[in-house]
Amino acid sequence: MKILVQESDFDPGAEIAALHAGRPKVGAVASFVGLVRDHSEGERVTTLTLEHYPAMTEKSLREIVEQAMGRWDLLDVTVIHRIGRLMPQDRIVFVGVASMHRGDAFAACEFVMDYLKTRAPFWKKEGTPEGDRWVEARSSDDVAADRWEDKR
Amino acid sequence: MKVKVLYFAKLRELFGMEGEVIELPGERAYAAAIVDLLRKRGEPWSTQLGLDSGNRMAVNQTLAGLVTPVQDGDEVAIFPPVTGG
Repeated sequence: MKILVQESDFDPGAEIAALHAGRPKVGAVASFVGLVRDHSEGERVTTLTLEHYPAMTEKSLREIVEQAMGRWDLLDVTVIHRIGRLMPQDRIVFVGVASMHRGDAFAACEFVMDYLKTRAPFWKKEGTPEGDRWVEARSSDDVAADRWEDKR
Repeated sequence: MKVKVLYFAKLRELFGMEGEVIELPGERAYAAAIVDLLRKRGEPWSTQLGLDSGNRMAVNQTLAGLVTPVQDGDEVAIFPPVTGG
């Protein structure tokens, strides 16, 4: 398991490669990269600043990954989340999951993202031509996380 | 008892502080007691910490609720719904 919370960018290709390098058991790696969009709620977004709760962030990501490892047959998981000031097209988050078969990797990757979105202590603030504004949580993210409650 | 209370994102900005130490009577309490105490300060506390505000809490860096017990020395964070990812 690798959990990183950092200001600097990451290399998705290198992270994917690291999940299977020297591990002949790995038959599948599923990954997700979240990016900064240049529009939100009909307005142009020029910057995105990510705040977090340092003492809790890594711990909560670790707990989410541990839950995923308990539910699916996984060989390794990497989560990288950036903080600080980002620009449109910048990478925000990486989730990579290595497993023997693709079903576990696909499902666990989506689960980690859905739980991260609703449980990990990050907050986004958008800079727009009209000024800065905090991003409001979406109820669709709660729905996405909730559907894992009864799907086993 | 004393607890460390932290605020994040919009709440941190509106309250004009990252956190503070709050003193409560007794040895143990529910997290709700902290919110009640803060709301009595008036605006912007009373509106921002209203029961319909949708805010979340963590006690000692674990997601918690109003009925989570807190004791002396605990760290209690209050924040809007998270928006990472």
